[in-house]
Amino acid sequence: MKESSLKYRQFKDKAFLFAVYSVVAISIIPLFLIIYYISKMGISAINWNFLTTLPKPPGEAGGGMANAIVGTLMLIFTSSIFAIPISIFIGIYLSEYQESKLASIGRYCLEVLQGVPSIVIGIIAYLLFVKPFGGFNALSGALALAMMMIPIIAKTTEETLKLVPLAIKEAAIALGVPYYKVILKVVVPTGLSGIITGIILGIARVAGETAPLLFTAFGNPFMSYNMLKPISSMPLIIFNYSGSPYDDWHAMAWGTSFILLIIVLILNIIAKIIASRWKIQF
Amino acid sequence: MENPILKLKNFNVYYDDVRVVNNIDINFEKNKITAIMGPSGCGKTTLLRAINRMHDFTPNARVEGEILLDNEDLNQMDAINVRRKIGMVFQRPNPFPTMSIYDNVISGYKLNGIKLKKAEQDEIVENSLTKSALWKEVKDTLHKRGSFLSGGQQQRLCIARTLAMKPEIILLDEPTSALDPIATQFIEELFLDLKKEVTLILVTHNMSQAARISNDTAFLYLGDLVEFGKTKRMFTTPENKRTEEYLIGKIG
Ligand SMILES: Nc1ncnc2c1ncn2[C@@H]1O[C@H](COP(=O)(O)OP(=O)(O)OP(=O)(O)O)[C@@H](O)[C@H]1O
Ligand SMILES: [Mg+2]
Repeated sequence: MKESSLKYRQFKDKAFLFAVYSVVAISIIPLFLIIYYISKMGISAINWNFLTTLPKPPGEAGGGMANAIVGTLMLIFTSSIFAIPISIFIGIYLSEYQESKLASIGRYCLEVLQGVPSIVIGIIAYLLFVKPFGGFNALSGALALAMMMIPIIAKTTEETLKLVPLAIKEAAIALGVPYYKVILKVVVPTGLSGIITGIILGIARVAGETAPLLFTAFGNPFMSYNMLKPISSMPLIIFNYSGSPYDDWHAMAWGTSFILLIIVLILNIIAKIIASRWKIQF
Repeated sequence: MENPILKLKNFNVYYDDVRVVNNIDINFEKNKITAIMGPSGCGKTTLLRAINRMHDFTPNARVEGEILLDNEDLNQMDAINVRRKIGMVFQRPNPFPTMSIYDNVISGYKLNGIKLKKAEQDEIVENSLTKSALWKEVKDTLHKRGSFLSGGQQQRLCIARTLAMKPEIILLDEPTSALDPIATQFIEELFLDLKKEVTLILVTHNMSQAARISNDTAFLYLGDLVEFGKTKRMFTTPENKRTEEYLIGKIG
């Protein structure tokens, strides 16, 4: 009797573990399928030409997406210039004045902003920045992406800075350091690795966004370095080429997807490394 | 009272409407060690933090009464200035975790944007670490993070950081309570040495520590200054019954 009930319990243990592992496996499978499929379809499309030349008109073979790489880099760079300082200041405010009314309102707004579908962000950016300007332009796309980055970076900044012990702030205050310098020279550097991690995750999040760019940056078959003109970007290329009737354009969409995937993976890995390597021990 | 550097008169501290320091009159002698003792929660930390204006950052704290530093009204002075003249060492060592030992020592200058020549910096660092009896142990690892030191070494680093600013007074809030007996003895000797240059105000729960190193002792009980006088006299013939009870361990 005793013997069998022990066996039964051991069996239940094993069955439960098996169930847990299966569920974990099932949830990882889609990720690996995506990586596998994109790699399989994408790698063959990638060559030196693909990375360094401009798209060819429909019907002509060959061509590349150099302008989309440049466009994505410029969009990300410009959106970061807007989003990073604003988000860090929001994060500082939220962690320094945790109890204040404005902080709880701000926190709520960030959550809402984070939940807004990206297509809606695109439409808002269209109304705010494209219409008054009188035409599609890269800058409005960058601003749309910035709106999506702000909640991510501001939240991580807040969370990181909250972890900085009060004792360390007090140490600086007791040395006669003015409050704003305590924040800028002690609190922010102490939380720097977390802030940088947040920035990288924010960039990774928007790097592949198409919807906010459809009505803003719009796309451009030519090389453009002008933020006030339409600009190409990798997600837009994927969107446009995958919907086209040409096989070689499909291949290029796969190739672009592969590169984008690699970029996002690398950004995530860098974020992980920074978060663990630069961790400050208190 | 021969040469007081800091005088408190009818001094009160409130948290919201609760008064935790009641109408205290006390004079701290220059170049002496004054111990502040009393049971937990009697207001020692609260009193200490009023002296370097740390309560400016506690929204619900309010002070009332007079506090004079060198006969100047401390609450009218610039708070930054007050804190540069009155340093503080906390109960738990709190070196800056992002900084090296060297940078921790001169952090008061660096964070305040006070520019110094490299030679001046080196001199301040060596001097302060020597005074805090840490120089020999760290002189070869000055550019390692301060947070890698042992607890006792970190506390001496924090003392060095305070000394580097050349304060007139140092407030010490149970500075050895997180340390082992050897490190404690080390730091006590250091305090005896330091009083040649600065005035020390020492909150401690450790009666033998107060007896060993302090010149004067203040005994606080529920926010009242029950007794204040020469340490020797107070530990041998306490005037107040509460003080006596505390000293023999009846309250605490
Ligand atoms: N920020 C605050 N707001 C409200 N009450 C407080 C605050 N800080 C301390 N108190 C209260 O004030 C009283 C005195 O506290 P204080 O920290 O000064 O005591 P203490 O003598 O230093 O005690 P200990 O020996 O335990 O450190 C306590 O009753 C405490 O609960
Ligand atoms: Mg205390």
